[in-house]
Amino acid sequence: MPAIKSLEDLKKIREAALQKRDIKTTNARVQIVIGMGTPGIAAGARDTLKEFLSIIEEQGLTDVTVRQTGNFGLDSMEPVVQVIIEDNAPVTYGKVTPYAARQIMEQHILNGAVLQAHVIPS
Amino acid sequence: MKEIALHLIDLAENSIGADANTVHISVHEDFRTDALNVSVEDDGRGMSEETVTRLSDPFFTSRTTRNIGLGIPLFKEAAETCKGSLTIHSKPGAGTCVEATFQHSHIDRMPLGDLSGTFFTLVVGHPDTHWIFTYSYTPPFRGEPRIFEFDDLAFKEVLDGFPMTHPDVLAFLRSTLQDGIAIARK
Repeated sequence: MPAIKSLEDLKKIREAALQKRDIKTTNARVQIVIGMGTPGIAAGARDTLKEFLSIIEEQGLTDVTVRQTGNFGLDSMEPVVQVIIEDNAPVTYGKVTPYAARQIMEQHILNGAVLQAHVIPS
Repeated sequence: MKEIALHLIDLAENSIGADANTVHISVHEDFRTDALNVSVEDDGRGMSEETVTRLSDPFFTSRTTRNIGLGIPLFKEAAETCKGSLTIHSKPGAGTCVEATFQHSHIDRMPLGDLSGTFFTLVVGHPDTHWIFTYSYTPPFRGEPRIFEFDDLAFKEVLDGFPMTHPDVLAFLRSTLQDGIAIARK
C-alpha cells in the first residue's frame, strides 16, 4: 500500500530546497504556457502538460514554471504551447503531443535551439 | 473528449473564466446504487437563468471570437445517453454548480479516465486558484464509502510562496493525488 505523505514531508522538501538555494524565488528562467480551452483539452493538452511536468520531475529542473491558460484561438493547431525564455519573445508551438513536448524540452528549453518544425509563425 | 476527467478540466476552465477563486470538484463512484456523479462548483460570477437555459444549445457561447461552444452540450448528451442528466445551478454573483450523473454500468458510459492527472494538472497549472477535490467510492454490497479529500490551502500555506513547479514538490503532489485516489478505490 502506498504511503500517504504528510505536510511535514512537504515542509522538509521546501526547507531542503531553500537550503540548497537551487530556487529562484523571483522569476523563473523559463515559462511554459499551455492552452486548455475545450479544443486543447480534446486534442490532448492535459497529457502534454503532464509530460512537461514529468520531465521537470525526472531531470530536477528548478528554473521552469508551467501554467495553463484558456483558448489560444488556434484550434486546428492544438495542443498549443507557448515557451518564454528569459526576456526573449514568446515562441508558439502547435500540435504539441507528449512526444513533441519532450523534444521542445530537450532542444529548445535545455539547449536553446527552437524546434522549427512545430513553430506556429505569428 | 473520451474521458469524464477531461470534461472536468473543461468545466473547471469555465469556472476560471468566470473569475472563480475557489473551485470544488467532486467525483462519486457508487456501486451500490450503480451511479457515477460528478460536479464542479465555483464561486465565480454566475449566470442568469436565461444564460443557463441557453447553455445546452451548441450554437450558444459567451465567446466573441467564434459562435460555437460544444463543451457543455456534448457532456450533457453523454450523461443523458447513460440514463443520467446534467444540471446547472447558477445565480449572478453567487457562483455556479454543474452536476452530471451517469448510470455507472451503462455500456456507453465513457471512462472516468485519468482523474489524478486532471487534479494534478489543475493544481499546478492554476496556482492562484483554491482547489478542493473530493473522490468517494462506495463499494457494492457492504462497507462504508471511502473518501479522499484534497484541499490545496494547507499545501500552499506550507509552501509559502515556494514554487509549485519545483521537481520535488511536483513529485509530492503527484503521488499524494495518485495514492489518495488509489487507496479510496481499494
